[in-house]
Amino acid sequence: MVSILRTIWYVFLHAFQKRVTVQYPEEKPYLAPRYRGRIILSRDPDGGERCVACNLCAVACPVDCIALQATEDENGRRYPDFFRINFSRCIFCGYCEEACPTYAIQLTPDFEMGEFHRKNLVYEKQDLLIDGPGKYPGYNYWRVAGVQIGGKKKGEAAHETPPVDVRSLLP
Amino acid sequence: MTSPYPILSILGIVIAALTIAASLIWVERRLLALWQDRYGPNRTGTFGLLQVVADAIKIFMKEDWIPPFADKLVFIVAPAVIFVTVLMSFAVLPVAPGIIVSDLNIGLLFFLAMSSLGVYSVVLAGWSSNNKYALVGGLRAAAQMLSYEVFMGLSLMGVVILAGSFSLPAIVEAQKSMWFVIPQFPGFVLFLIAGLAETRRIPFDLPEAESELVAGYHSEYSGMKFGMFFVGEYMGVTLISGMISVLFFGGWLGPVLPGVVWFLIKTFFFISFFVLLRAALPRPRFDQLMSWGWKVMLPLALANVLLTGAAVLMWG
Repeated sequence: MVSILRTIWYVFLHAFQKRVTVQYPEEKPYLAPRYRGRIILSRDPDGGERCVACNLCAVACPVDCIALQATEDENGRRYPDFFRINFSRCIFCGYCEEACPTYAIQLTPDFEMGEFHRKNLVYEKQDLLIDGPGKYPGYNYWRVAGVQIGGKKKGEAAHETPPVDVRSLLP
Repeated sequence: MTSPYPILSILGIVIAALTIAASLIWVERRLLALWQDRYGPNRTGTFGLLQVVADAIKIFMKEDWIPPFADKLVFIVAPAVIFVTVLMSFAVLPVAPGIIVSDLNIGLLFFLAMSSLGVYSVVLAGWSSNNKYALVGGLRAAAQMLSYEVFMGLSLMGVVILAGSFSLPAIVEAQKSMWFVIPQFPGFVLFLIAGLAETRRIPFDLPEAESELVAGYHSEYSGMKFGMFFVGEYMGVTLISGMISVLFFGGWLGPVLPGVVWFLIKTFFFISFFVLLRAALPRPRFDQLMSWGWKVMLPLALANVLLTGAAVLMWG
């Protein structure tokens, strides 16, 4: 009996406490830097596309909302011909970001993507690409990869020594 | 003591009762939110006041569906019963001197009778829905009303003994020197609990118990028929709050302000208290509810009547 009265009293005291509701459209909620929201494609520090069109994100996607086509430029550098994310299917699980070997695909703290037409939720590459490197400012995949492309020979990558000339290893 | 313009006071009371009951949708949601550290509806109009209008439009636009397996006639009549019985009870509620629809000399008995009839609505709704959850809800309502009706009447007998009348205006007049809540405190507590059970408000909402019975007796109802149950419940809350203020807190009596204002202040206080109880208390188990009703409340009510009678005989 006393506990019931105490409960009523404590609940009444909540009338004088701060309300926890965030008045959303006027007052924005705090979103953590690693919040999983709108997906973007980032660029290298020198401005090139990071995506190498390896399709790992499309494979990892549990709802199959990522579609892309790989192609190569004149330097032998792979990039996606088209890159399409259907956000009406996307569940923002972040598996694509985890799968990405080049930090190209990233999820951002933005969820305000409301549209009146469903087809407007299909984002093409020009909608996804941003100008900066996103969460990994210094990282440049092609600078650290051991792959040879135009403008970068074997052994010219960062942390890489020039290949050994096996014919010079004479006894 | 009837008003010189009976039609005016009838219209006034009916319109006021309906308006207050409708606006209670907003009041309850805002107050609940306040006690749960939220805001509640605050977007539609100033302070969200137009939420009532929005809800009304929504509920009128909804499909009014009668399930094919239901007993059609009873299914339609049931929500009207609760509405009618509660509105009938408002007829004997004295708002201020002269502002009363009908000053019956057995006003209190009439109120008890009408609030007992209200249970037919719930039982018939549960039965005619032809749905096991609705039926369980209706059964619970029947058992709950039966056990709480008994001591609801008894808890008021102390007031009747002190006032010497069943007429509600006479009961208010008898509180000129002292509100009955002081000599009749046990009666007040018992009536408050019985009134909660009578209106099926949250600590005693076992007939609808949405966590066990879908929505209990009104599971199958939609549209305005559901709205009738909803408004009926809110009118019941208003009625019980009004009755508490009339029977125990001196109704319209109070200094400075006019009687109607005092009555409304007291009524709103108890409406808010009902909402506070909803915010604070969990629902008891059904056997607990029944055993409290019969083993605790009923003997207490009887003892209260006995002691009041003895005291009146000795010093009265």
